[in-house]
Amino acid sequence: MTSIGTGYDLSASTYSPDGRIFQVEYANKAVENSGTAIGLRVKDGVVLAVEKLVHSKLLVPGANRRIQTIDRHIGMASAGLLADGRKISQLAREEGSKIRKMWREPLTVKALSDRISLGAQAYTLYSSVRPFGVSTIFGGVDKSGPSLYIVEPSGVCLGYHGAAVGKGRQLAKTELEKLKLSELSMREAVMEAARIIYLVHDDNKEKEFELEMTWVGDESNDLHLPVPDDLLEEAKSRAKAALETFE
Amino acid sequence: MNRLKSGEVNLGTSIMAVQFDKGVVIGADSRTTTGSYIANRVTDKLTHVHDRIYCCRSGSAADTQAVADIVHYYLQLYTQSHGSSPPVSVAAGVFQDICYENKDGLSAGIIVAGWDKEVGPSVYNIPVGGGLFRQPWAIGGSGSTYVYGYCDATYQEGWGRDETVNFVKNTLSLAMSRDGSSGGVIRMCVITEDGVERLFVPGDQLPKFWEGREVLSASVKKSLALAPMAIE
Amino acid sequence: MDHFPTNWGRPRNDAFDAYATHPIHQRPYNGPKDTFADGVQRTQQPIVTGTSVLAIKYKDGVMMAADNLASYGSLARFKDVQRLHQVGNYTVIGAGGDMSDFQYIQYILEELSVEEISAQDGHELGPVEIHEYMSQVMYARRSKMNPLWNSLLIAGFKDGKRFLSFVDLLGTTYTASTLATGYGAYIAQPLLRKAVEGREDIITEEEARKILEDSMRVLFYRDARSLNKFQIATISSAGVSISDSMQLDTTWSFAEDIRGYGAQTQ
Repeated sequence: MTSIGTGYDLSASTYSPDGRIFQVEYANKAVENSGTAIGLRVKDGVVLAVEKLVHSKLLVPGANRRIQTIDRHIGMASAGLLADGRKISQLAREEGSKIRKMWREPLTVKALSDRISLGAQAYTLYSSVRPFGVSTIFGGVDKSGPSLYIVEPSGVCLGYHGAAVGKGRQLAKTELEKLKLSELSMREAVMEAARIIYLVHDDNKEKEFELEMTWVGDESNDLHLPVPDDLLEEAKSRAKAALETFE
Repeated sequence: MNRLKSGEVNLGTSIMAVQFDKGVVIGADSRTTTGSYIANRVTDKLTHVHDRIYCCRSGSAADTQAVADIVHYYLQLYTQSHGSSPPVSVAAGVFQDICYENKDGLSAGIIVAGWDKEVGPSVYNIPVGGGLFRQPWAIGGSGSTYVYGYCDATYQEGWGRDETVNFVKNTLSLAMSRDGSSGGVIRMCVITEDGVERLFVPGDQLPKFWEGREVLSASVKKSLALAPMAIE
Repeated sequence: MDHFPTNWGRPRNDAFDAYATHPIHQRPYNGPKDTFADGVQRTQQPIVTGTSVLAIKYKDGVMMAADNLASYGSLARFKDVQRLHQVGNYTVIGAGGDMSDFQYIQYILEELSVEEISAQDGHELGPVEIHEYMSQVMYARRSKMNPLWNSLLIAGFKDGKRFLSFVDLLGTTYTASTLATGYGAYIAQPLLRKAVEGREDIITEEEARKILEDSMRVLFYRDARSLNKFQIATISSAGVSISDSMQLDTTWSFAEDIRGYGAQTQ
């Protein structure tokens, strides 16, 4: 951390001499400390999956969801500070409502993530605020078909076939690149997503985790819904089996 | 209730839009009145709001121009922020929003029509009060009330461009001949994927229909006077 | 120079009658007028309107009917309008009155539904919640002197319970096993009560359909703002279904032999 002690990292409104904004980079560190979240944009829909690390055995199973619904047909998975993710989802719902009112047509994932990225970017400009400590994956099906976007703490917003953020993103990206995403079905994508989450989870460092998974597309009648329990269980057991052969 | 403000210019109008397989035909008369005085006899009531979306305006000239200008602005904004042209449904939605939210202050009856890549041709009617109704054909303005029967009897699905243009031309001509607040020339636009084509019918070349019996001079009339029928 | 003779030779102050000339003569006002005085004082009225909505409870749930007409005064302007609207998975809302306000109601209910879905808390909006929400919205708007000009029927089936209620532009609410709005409240309601009351748990779907159809027919005969094209919504444990548009069968042949209006026979 070359930035420490230089004084250029105390505020988001101050550049370092080589043109970096350290507060934004620190925000990315908050993302890297979080359990992995991935998104797969496939032939007939989008699948979102999260490796939700369980910090305490006292927590109720299913608590502190990291995948949230923004509109009937749009979901969101975040990696980073949980509370920041919830603020992003609140903003996304508000922006969604505004866009729907303005244009009287269903929200598109692109229009939504574009607007959220503007908000995230604004939080990199002022000394009075802290950039969002989350990278957010927006996934959904709209008039342009399945779409998947990531909004980063810097305010960058990019579209992807396969998206990965959080702790295990490097390995997850490598695995995603091996897949022919545009040929996969949603059911196949569920299996792959579970396998990738189980693969990137580091048993040695972290204890427990919950696999959280949702989908939106043909299989769910274009609604953003949790993957059905039976399918989720099947995906989990196949992921565990694949893990053994992988090692 | 008097929906116009005192001294206001009125588009007591005949307007129309009809959808066909490849596009839409829209049309309007050209008369603008203040009371019974014709303030403008060559008005253009077909208003561009986007490349392939037009509206036909009826009601207060000032109100409908202001609303059309605002919608024009919104559709440019949509194009820039979405990177693609707005569908006709979005244009109609923005029109409705403004007409509904300001229903107490506006007198505007607007027909929105055009072509988009999602659904092809479409026609939306937004009557006074700010409701939104999609229709295969729509008529509006004061003149329209005289020609509902003609339209119901004549319109058929599956027409091509030329039949549709004729339908619009005939309907407007009939409306203009019966409605004192409509008249002048017929302006039409054919909107398709390829572009917008303007058509014009001068006021002295309108399609003619039954115009009442010929009025004859008194001397001619006398010789034609009815004689009692002979009884055998 | 004041050119109006009624203004000549008058005391300067109209309010104070210094010369005791009772009653004070009202002078015509010739000063400047506010062009928008009419505009700002306008209150709304319904413009494009729908007529009656009918609904009854029956053995398996609730059934609702409304025709497809949106009138513009006496002009039958739009003949393909759907006045029954599904909200969530358990409810249908049917509207008479101003159609632009009904479209606005559909919009706010869609926003409410999205809000409810995105909460993902396992709760779903049922007819009871939607009824309560609409009654609050309607009452709030009338209290702002800007009512939503509708009569609404709300019908639903959730957790094994039938629900049927009425809300209008004043925020008035009530429930009953048969309900009707507009002209239907006068003409159809007595017919519905006779057919349904006390038999709510006996009437089959077919019977219920016939009761509504018969009432819609009477309304078509007697309501000058009605249409012989209508739809029926059924809400039961199987969920919501709104039928395609149907044509009413009507009888007119008896009129052929009618002559004159009294003693006339030919």
